Parts: sequence; C-alpha cells; structure tokens
Amino acid sequence: MRPLAYLALNDGTVFEGEAAGYLPESGVTSGEFVFNTALSGYQEVITDPSYAGQIITFTYPHVGNYGVTVLDDEAARPWCQGVVIRDLSEVSSNWRAEGDLEAFLRRHHLAAIVGVDTRALTRHLRRAGALPGAFGHASRDDVLDAARAATGTDGRDLVSMVTTTAHYERGSRGPHVVAIDYGIKATMVDQLAQRFRVTVVPASTTLNDLRALEPAGVFLSNGPGDPAALVRETSVVASLVGEVPIFGICLGHQLLAQAMGARTIKLPFGHHGSNHPVKDLATGRVEITAQNHNYAVAPESLARGVVSHVNLNDGVIEGISSLDDRCFSVQYHPEAGPGPHDARYLFTRFVELLGTEMRTH
Amino acid sequence: MPRRDDLHSIMVIGSGPIVIGQACEFDYSGTQACQVLREEGYRVILVNSNPATIMTDPATADVTYVEPLDVDVVTDIIERERPDALLPTLGGQTALNLTMELVRRGVPERFGVEVIGARPEAIETAENRELFKQAMADIGLAVPESDFAHDVGEAVEIATRIGWPIIIRPSYILGGAGTGIAHDEVTFRQLAAEGLSASPIHEILVERSIAGWKEYELEVMRDRADNCVIVCSIENFDPMGVHTGDSITVAPAQTLSDVEYQAMRDDAFAVLRRVGVETGGSNVQFAVNPDNGERLVIEMNPRVSRSSALASKATGFPIAKIAARLAVGYTLDEITNDITRATPASFEPVIDYVVTKIPRWAFEKLPGSTPTLGTRMQSVGEVMAIGRNFAESLQKAVRSLEQGRDGFAVGAASEFADLSDDELWQRCVVATPDRLYALHEILWRGASVDDVVTRTRVDRWFVHQLAGIVERGRELSSGVDLEALDARDWRRYKQWGFSDTQIAELSGTTRERVRDARRLAGVRTTFKTVDTCAAEFDAATPYHYSTFESETEVRTSPRDRVIILGSGPNRIGQGIEFDYCCVHAAMAVRAMGLESVMVNCNPETVSTDYSTSDRLYFEPLTPDDVAAVIESELASCVDGARIRGVIVSLGGQTPLKLAHTLDPDLVLGTPVASIDAAEDREQWSAICTRLGLRQPPGDVATTLDEARAIAASIGYPVLVRPSYVLGGRAMEIVYDEGSLTRVMNNLTSAHGALAREGGVSKSRPILLDSFLEDAVEVDVDAIRDATGDLYVAGIMEHVEEAGVHSGDSACALPPQTLSREVLTTLHEYTARIAQELGVIGLINVQYALKDDLVYVLEANPRASRTVPFVAKATGVSLAQVAVRVMLGDSLASLRERGLVPAMTPEPSYVSVKEAVLPFSRFPGVDILLGPEMRSTGEVMGIGESFGIAFAKAQLAAGTRLPDEGQVFFSLADRDKVEGLALARELRRLGFTLAATVGTAGYLRANGLTVETLVGKVGLRDLGVDAVSLLSSGAVHLVVNTPSGSGAHVDGATIRAACVAHGVPCITTLKAGFAAVKGIEDTRARGWRVRPLQELHS
Repeated sequence: MRPLAYLALNDGTVFEGEAAGYLPESGVTSGEFVFNTALSGYQEVITDPSYAGQIITFTYPHVGNYGVTVLDDEAARPWCQGVVIRDLSEVSSNWRAEGDLEAFLRRHHLAAIVGVDTRALTRHLRRAGALPGAFGHASRDDVLDAARAATGTDGRDLVSMVTTTAHYERGSRGPHVVAIDYGIKATMVDQLAQRFRVTVVPASTTLNDLRALEPAGVFLSNGPGDPAALVRETSVVASLVGEVPIFGICLGHQLLAQAMGARTIKLPFGHHGSNHPVKDLATGRVEITAQNHNYAVAPESLARGVVSHVNLNDGVIEGISSLDDRCFSVQYHPEAGPGPHDARYLFTRFVELLGTEMRTH
Repeated sequence: MPRRDDLHSIMVIGSGPIVIGQACEFDYSGTQACQVLREEGYRVILVNSNPATIMTDPATADVTYVEPLDVDVVTDIIERERPDALLPTLGGQTALNLTMELVRRGVPERFGVEVIGARPEAIETAENRELFKQAMADIGLAVPESDFAHDVGEAVEIATRIGWPIIIRPSYILGGAGTGIAHDEVTFRQLAAEGLSASPIHEILVERSIAGWKEYELEVMRDRADNCVIVCSIENFDPMGVHTGDSITVAPAQTLSDVEYQAMRDDAFAVLRRVGVETGGSNVQFAVNPDNGERLVIEMNPRVSRSSALASKATGFPIAKIAARLAVGYTLDEITNDITRATPASFEPVIDYVVTKIPRWAFEKLPGSTPTLGTRMQSVGEVMAIGRNFAESLQKAVRSLEQGRDGFAVGAASEFADLSDDELWQRCVVATPDRLYALHEILWRGASVDDVVTRTRVDRWFVHQLAGIVERGRELSSGVDLEALDARDWRRYKQWGFSDTQIAELSGTTRERVRDARRLAGVRTTFKTVDTCAAEFDAATPYHYSTFESETEVRTSPRDRVIILGSGPNRIGQGIEFDYCCVHAAMAVRAMGLESVMVNCNPETVSTDYSTSDRLYFEPLTPDDVAAVIESELASCVDGARIRGVIVSLGGQTPLKLAHTLDPDLVLGTPVASIDAAEDREQWSAICTRLGLRQPPGDVATTLDEARAIAASIGYPVLVRPSYVLGGRAMEIVYDEGSLTRVMNNLTSAHGALAREGGVSKSRPILLDSFLEDAVEVDVDAIRDATGDLYVAGIMEHVEEAGVHSGDSACALPPQTLSREVLTTLHEYTARIAQELGVIGLINVQYALKDDLVYVLEANPRASRTVPFVAKATGVSLAQVAVRVMLGDSLASLRERGLVPAMTPEPSYVSVKEAVLPFSRFPGVDILLGPEMRSTGEVMGIGESFGIAFAKAQLAAGTRLPDEGQVFFSLADRDKVEGLALARELRRLGFTLAATVGTAGYLRANGLTVETLVGKVGLRDLGVDAVSLLSSGAVHLVVNTPSGSGAHVDGATIRAACVAHGVPCITTLKAGFAAVKGIEDTRARGWRVRPLQELHS
C-alpha cells in the first residue's frame, strides 16, 4: 500500500489520499492548485511549461491508462509542481507506450497524490478560485502549515525559469519566424516548423537581438504565470507591434494585448481543458479548443485592435487582432497537444499574414 | 441561424415495436424530439405503431397516429395532414427505411414535404455500403477490404480473393441481422445465403474480418453552420467480432492516447461532412489495430441510435433534443446546455466518472438458440452503471443486470465451479453472455493478465482492472476481520465496487453486519452529479449516482417526495410497458405538487431522462443500492418534508422483489402481503374458494413424484409453471407423463432453467394446473381505491386460445364475443378479488372462458403489461390514476375532476394489440406460440371493425395479410373440423389452396378443391416439397397448427421455412379466422387512418 498523504489548501480545507510518484524527502510539495478537465492528454498537460508553479488536478479519474511516450512530451521535463489523481493506472496499455506514468513521475522528481476525491476538490476550487496549497506524505499538520505558507502565481515571473537558454532552429521551408519562448510547447514548435523556418529564442532576448535575426514574423509563445509581472517582455513586444507581423498564443496573447494597451485580470479558476467553445466573431464558426490559462485580457481595456474570438461559456476574450498592425493572438491553444485540432487554421492564417503588405499609416 | 419560420408542421416517425436492435431508446429520442418541437411552436404529427411508448401518449404530439409504419399507411397520413416537413432521424432504422421508401415513391415531393435532419442522399450514402466505401475512399479513410455480392457464387469469389476469416454484412438491416463471420467456405456459403435473404435489397458485403481489434464509437453532432462536436467516446470491452449492441462498452474511451483520440475525432468529422449529415447526431464506429494503431472506419449511422441514447445518459448531453433543434435551423451555440443552464450546447461534454453498459440476453427463453455472440445482435436489453472508476461501474453494472449475481461469485460459488481449466478457457475465448464472469474466474484460478490478454484479445487495461477486482475479492474471502477495517480500507473496497451483500458473501457473514461495520468506520454512500462538465460549472440538474467519496451533492428540499422504483433492463416479459408506467407515475406525482424521485439503471428509457423526474438516481435496483437512495432522500428532507412512500407496483417484478426489503410503511398502495398472497398458490386457492370463484384444478409440487401424483389426479393436459416469474418463464403445457418428467427434471435441476433464480423450494414451488383446452382467455385491468371503489379500465379478449402466453397473444378491446352476462361476471369477480386482496391501485386478472363458465387463472395486484394499451385504447391514463389513488385520492374525486370516466369505456372503434416475436434473429427456434412468453414488443392496430384493427396490427407487426393467392394448410388432427371451416372462408375470399397430404385428403373429402398437394418434407413423390414450395413464392399465407403433444418435425420445418422466406404463418385457427375478418373488412372498407386525439374526443 502507498503511504497515506494529505492535500491541504491555504483556506484550511484538507483532503486525504496516498502519496505516489516521486516522494520528496520533506514529504511536502507546494504550489497553486488548478484543475484540468481533459479526458486524455495527461502527459502533454504535465509537460506543458505553462503549468510552472501549479499543482494539476485531473478531473477525469483514470490517469496513466495508455502510458507515456517521449513523442507526447511538450517539454524536456515537467515544470508543474505536482499532480492530483483519483486513480493512477498501474499498467499502461497502448502500442505507443514506452513506459508507465508513475515511473515517468519518479524519473522527473514529480510528486503526486492519488485516491483523492478530485471532484470534491474541483468543486471547492470552482467556488474558491485557484488556491495555493500543499500535499504530501508528511503529517497532516506539516502539510497544513505548508499550505498556509504557499503563495499563488500572482506577480510572479515564472517565465525566466522555463524559457530556453539558447537559440535553436526548426523547419527549413518558408519565411523566417522568430518564436519567443516564454515556455513554448513542443507541438507549437512543430506546427510552426511545418510552415516556417523557425528560430526559437529565449524570453530574455533583447529587441536589438530580435531585430538582428531579421524575422519575417514573430511568434509569441505560451508560458506560465502572471503576464502583468512581465514588464520587460511587454515592452519588447510593444516595440515590435507594427514593425513585423505577430502571432501570439496564451501568454503570448496576453503580452500582445498588454503591448497594445490592455490590462490583464486573473480569472477565478481559469480555463483548463480540451472542450471550451470559442466563437470566431468574423466567421461565426465555433471551435472546440484546448485551454490553459488563469489570466485573461480585461474586457474593454484594449486600446488598439479588436476582439476576434470569445469564449461562449463565460464571454472571456479569447482572441484579438489588429489588421493595421498585422498582428493577432489567441488565448487558447490552436496547436492542440493535447486537445482538438479545430483551430490549427490559425497557423495558416499566420502564413497568409506574412504574405500581406504592411499598411501605411 | 435561428429557428426556421417557414415550417409550421413537422411529422415525426417512430420506430415501431420493440425488437432486438431497436428498443426503448427510440421512445426516449422520439419523445424528446416531439417535446422540443412543440416547445418551439411547431405542430407535431407523430406516427408510431407501438402503444407502450410515452411517445404515443396523446399529450406528447399534437396529432398521434398509432398506425402501422407502412409506406401506404404513412402516405395516407401525409395526404391527410400535409406536414411541411418530415423528421426521420429519431425513429431508428425503421423510420429511415420508411422515409427512403417514401422518397423512392416520390411521396414527399408530391405533397410538398421537406425531409429534414438528414437528406435522403446522405442516408443513402451512409446506409449503402458500396457508396459508403467510395465516400470513405474519397476522403482518404480506410475501411476493411471488401466487396459486394448479390448471389452466393459471387460472394465466394470475393471471399477467396480477400482471404479468411471473412465477415458478411447484409445491406439495409438493423442491429446486424444476417451478419456473421466465416472461417471456411462451408460456413461461408450458408451465412452468405442467410445474409442475402435478410437484406431487403438482396445484397451482402463480403469483408476482411478484423475480429480481435479494438472497437470504438464516437457520438458526433453537427449543425447547419458546420460546427461539429463529439458528445462521447465509447470503448468496447469486447474486441471486434461482437456486435456493438452485444458488447460490454465503456465511456469514455480508456486506452486511447490524446494523439490517437484527436485523429479519430478529425476522422469522425470528415465522415459526417462527406456523407452529408447536415444537422443532428450521428455515430461513427472505428476499429483500431492494438499492435500498430491502424485505424479503420467500420460504419456510421446518420441518425440517433442506441449508442446516442447511451451517450446522452452517460454524459447528460441530450442528443435527441439537440438534434431536433438543429433540424429546425438552430446552431449549437444558439442552444443552451440543459444541465448548466448557463453555457451553450456547442461544447464537448467531459465527465469525471466511468460508465459501463452490459447487455442482457434472453437465450434461456429461446430453446434451440445458441448463446454465442457475434456480429448479429441478440441482446434484448441493457443496463448502464456509473462509478467513479471502471471497477465500481463494472460491478454496479453486473448487479444491475438482476441475474442473481450480487457481483462476481468466486471459487465453489462460481457458476463455473464444475469446469476444468481448459473448459473455462474455452468460455473466456468464445464470446457468450457469461464471458465476463468466466474471465473473472480464470483470473481467480491464477491465470496471468498476459495470458488472458493474449488468448482473448480483451485490452490489457480492462483485464488488469478485472484482476484488481479478483485480488480485492481474495482479500475479502481470506478471513478478513471486518470490525478491524478502518475508513481507508472500507473506502478502498467500496471504490472497487463491492456491495455490502457481495462483501458479506465473500467474507461469510451477513449484509447487516457488513453494513454496520462499515458505518461504524464512518463510510457511507455518497451521491455525485452527472453535469456534462466535470464540475467546472454549477449543475442545475439533479442527476445522481452513488459512490464512496467525501461529499454528497444531493440538494436539500422542503417538499414531500415519492420514490419510484423502475423496471431495470429490458427483458422478454418485462419491457417498455413498465417504463411507461413509471414515467406516468412521475408525471402524476409532479402534477400532485410532490417531488418525484426515479431509481433505474436502464439507459434506453424515458424514465432515465433526467427531465422526467425531480431527481434521478441512476442506480442498480438491488436492496443495498435502493436502501442508500432512500437514506439519501431522507437526509435531503428539510422543513418537515418527508418521503410519502415508494412505488413498487409499476415496474414489473423488479421493484416487487425489492418490496420485501423495504419498510412496509413506505410501500405505497397494495400491501406487499397481498401481492404475495396472489402469487402464493395455497393462499390464492384459499382466496378463490372463499370468494366462490372457479379455478382450474391444480396444486403445487417441489419434486417430480409430487408432480406426477397431481397430474394423475387432475388429468392431462397440465400447465406447469414456476412461481414468482414474469413472462411465463419456463412455463409449459404437457400432454403426457413423459413430457411432465422432462419439464420437472429441467426445473428442479441445479443447472436447469431456474438455477440462476434460486431453483425450486417450498417457498418457490412449481405450480401445476389443469389446462383448459380451447378456452377463450380474457384480461381485465382495474383500479381500486382505499374506499373500496373499483374502476374496470379495460376488458381484453385474446385472439389466441388460453395456453398462449397473454404477452404473446393478440387481444381486442372491447371484447368481441363476450356476452353481457359474462362481462358482468368479469366485473363482479374482479371487484371481489380486488376487495379481498385489499388492492389500492392497479390489478390485472386473467380469466378463461370455457363452455360459458368463467375460470380465474391468476390475479396480479400491480401494473400489467397491458396498462399502456388500455390507456391508448380508452383515452384514460391508468397509471396516473393508480398513482393518485395510491397517494390517497378516491376514484369518486377523480371522476369529479374528469380524470376517470364514470363507467368502463366502450369505444366505438376496436383496438387490437399484437405481439412481435424475435424469431428471425434466432434460426432454429420454433415459432410456435406457447405459455412461455417470447415476444420482445407489441403493436396496436385501431379500426372501425375488429377485422381492420386486426389486419392493421398484423401489418404493424410486419405481416401483411395477403389479399389474393394461395394458402397452404397443414393441420393437426384435432383442428381439422374447424380448419375446414377456415379453408372454406378463404376459398370464399378467392384464395386457392395447398395442403399436406393428410389435410388435403380431409379438405377434399369435404368437398373443397385443393390445387396443390404437398408431400412430407423430403418425400417429393407424394406432392411438391413444402420447403421448395415456400421458397418459390407461390404461397402467400400458411396455416400450420401443431399437434397436441408437441411440435412435429414437419411442422417445425415448414414454420422455419416461413420465417426464412418471410411468408406469413398462422399457428392457431383463431388467428386464422381473425385474418379472414381482416382481409374481408380491409377489402370492403379500406384502412382509414385516424389520430388518437380524434378517437378519444
């Protein structure tokens, strides 16, 4: 039997479970608890750098059924703090599997708590909002203390932790696109590389260095944490707006919005899943989208450009565009991985955008 | 794109009678569609021949035609009603086929009717395999290698080219009738011939078999703006090779990585777009090679289906409702999600639980059938269970089946205890209804997961889960100290799905001790909510399932509530009629201002639509599970609210059996003791004697010797039947001691017909009664209130004589040959019996009339199968009246309010109910009717005369009575006198005659011309061969009555040939005379279609 473990939120709520995956010596792991409602794609979620600093609760009870494969990694290592699972599969059953999830968690020093009433936890997070907390096989009191001491992601720059340290190139055809890595997912790089010659650069790359690369377009990636904390990055983007075509996703979208004068806000419990309906206001078409964000562009705060996409569940802004500036961005994940492919056309739209002429003011 | 204002009236076609492959799910979808379309302000015109549905309630549509789903009849209705549009996608394959036939005849065009929901070209592409295959090739999707054949020779040629094994699929069929897998040419030739004749267009697909691959289904919705969503993914536990309707299936898919799932999702959308399903729900089936992920498209249904009903119940996303809205022009984002009431329907439901469906079969009722599963669907019903994980949902599903399993039995208690390991392996490899339990047992005996996976090709993940259940079972059965278990231990066992009863069995103690120990440890049942969104949004819909977690989500309420126990899985003898009654109970309870709480586990039904009741508990109907629901309902009462009671008398035997485990004060209506008294032979006889009612003489026996002694004293023929069964289970008429011995030996054997139900005992003896030959059987449905007032709701005269199970017999309302005196006697007897039993609510009494004497056969103080038929035939909702009476209303007060007529209605029209039998699915099963019920469903024919109503009922049941041609007679000796009269009548109507040698001799001797002399089967010298004659198409009706002491080989062969070649076959003379009336009246007066609303006014 696995060791007894506790999960505590900083509002004092405690759940029981069992420790699994990597067992840290301290017996405690802290972070901000969020939930993801996708029915599949756990490995992609766990390795998505946007989850840095967070503890992911999977609402679907069985996790690990089809094992893991290096093909599904979104980054070389997971950046999340830990995972909460109702039923962690002991076997993996799929021809693609190279190993099972628990061994993967151990290999990456990722702690998990299993056997938790994840639905009760999710209902609590839905009401209380994403909460800092802790879990582990330490004593109940120790876990509670850690939970009370835990902080959220507000105001934190997690990007510098997850971004690449060196430039790298992918793809060999098409225009040259520079992708700024704020925590870029492998699938995003793949999607770009299918259409462009891509140079992925660290988030800290200066404006001059970016210009020196002579990009035909700039791509702003996803990434973790609070966009408001990324002042320097925002100003770099602001300088690029109007200069080169820009396509942003997730954090990249928030940075573009901030660069165009908008504010960002924190959503109560964010959007994390593979089933969110988003309407393209230009075409009226509805896309089912993969989402993973706690922050969003504040309504009515956009100074330039227009809202192009909205979330049909709650009206949250899901996309903006400015034809004059030849830039657009979406809050959700058109690259998928995990998630539906409904919005991959946006990468094609970026190709088309690069083919247009900058309008003269 | 909002609602279409250019349409005003819409015709909806239902799916007709319940048959294998097409059951209650289309009542659920059709009812939802009608409700939605009326909400949208359209005038809804419904056509369906099935009286036992909620769909055909006069309140469901504006105009309701209970008429045969026949192209001529429906054309008449279209001509009469002139609908603007026709919606064919919610009535199963029946509605689609009928619509295609209407289109081929140009009917919609002629009357300016637009087919909505699916264009005929799309239906054609999806249904015609050649077109479908081409369509898939167009979009680059792979399908199994195959080709079409139109005769056996061509089929063999194709098969040789593709290589064995080969699967045969007939075109345009439902539920896979006529499909099969062949591993060699001999079997192949036979299956190919069967498949060709099963296909209405005589075409079969000869295809590479991919048995053993993994099987998946995606439920897809698409709107006019080309928005597509997947409602649910389903993974089959049984690998390819077993029809999906006969497979154990699990939602969501468990072993697909997101990469594979998303690719499959893309394919599914591509399929819908290519086939051209513009709006509505469809399902797409895939096969996946477990070794390399190769993915093939198997088929798609451009309509709602059994799977979509399951998907709706599994996710809370009401596919049929949404499909109906999409059909009239809405887009998904314009429709609100019913459950969250805040988010749109243009999303993909996510769930945080696991759903398992297990089918239920009826092989035991069909001697001669082989219980092997294949590509031809054979199950008659299904259960669904929801658990927080797979093990919990699987074990809940097992106990939902009501087949005597509280869970998996182990070791000596296992049904496989006598089998060697080799024999047991055989049971694991071959798919049968018991394979799941064999798999458990082989793991229990120590087989490795690897071995099981290799030999059965069931997915490793599922086998590993099953192995986990085995391990927990081993712990529980090896001397576990229940009192020493802590909350964590208890939760673990409960989360693996073990019920208290099952734990008691494994650990050798009582259910009560288990329950007490568990509660002491602080572990109680909790109820979670089905909400389409995994708790991401607040859910307004109280649709619950039990599990063992940390919180319960049932909201408190200050209102009194009534709990309705449903009827569980459909089976022969207990089907949609009882679901109809339960739904009406919910309606009545809500109309009375109380909360209705439904408990049921059948995903096909209207009762498990979360909008039917104020709360739905999707739970097994077992003592443990029902007790937990009652506890939950008690706990959710606030401000003095209370449970008014539990309704056990409307769901057939299932809730009645549970009644004994309930607090007697909670049981509404007739006391359980009265129900027992009617069922208990001795008490019942005593009651009849006390009331001075005539009964056929009889007694009870538990052994063969006792039975012989009773038969000797009452004389043969004897009706032999077990007690406490429904649908005449294992009931037989025996004409001599030899047959009696055979029947008794079977009934008392440890592995006999009753083994699963606990065998024979003093408390469950065998009943033996003198069988009244050639008696007229009569059914009476009545309602008695607490004041003693009685309302006789309907008297039905059977067409077939007593001895044919009432569920398989045609019957007429009002009765056709009964005198005033007899009717008065029936009223009076029914009143006396109801009074004596203290009935409050419904009672059904069966009588036999012989030589002007009325005999009482049995009384059932509960809802009977005929309740919906009587309701449709008289316009009175019996079930609702009964519920009001159970809750304290008097009949007098209901009469004042116009809910009950003053007298038994005497309609000016005649209604005939006819049974629909599943024989075409089970080659080799004799079609003779007998005391064991075998019909899966029923239809209703309404006409201004008995003849027309009978002919319509026949047509609705799939038998078109011929208007001319040749009738083939083959009569038992005892039937010859009356048979002669029948032959004369047919002659008078212009038919020519064929007859077997003996029958022909008799007919000729009595002055009738017999055109064709038929020899003994196989002996051509005396006349033409019966089978060749039938296959030649020269016979249009067969009258074949069995001899008294069982089926003759010739008779059985003739009847089998009738089934194979679709020749109407009448096996009783009474039905023959009814057919004569039908032919005559139809000829003279025509059909005349009329809606219920007109008839009832």
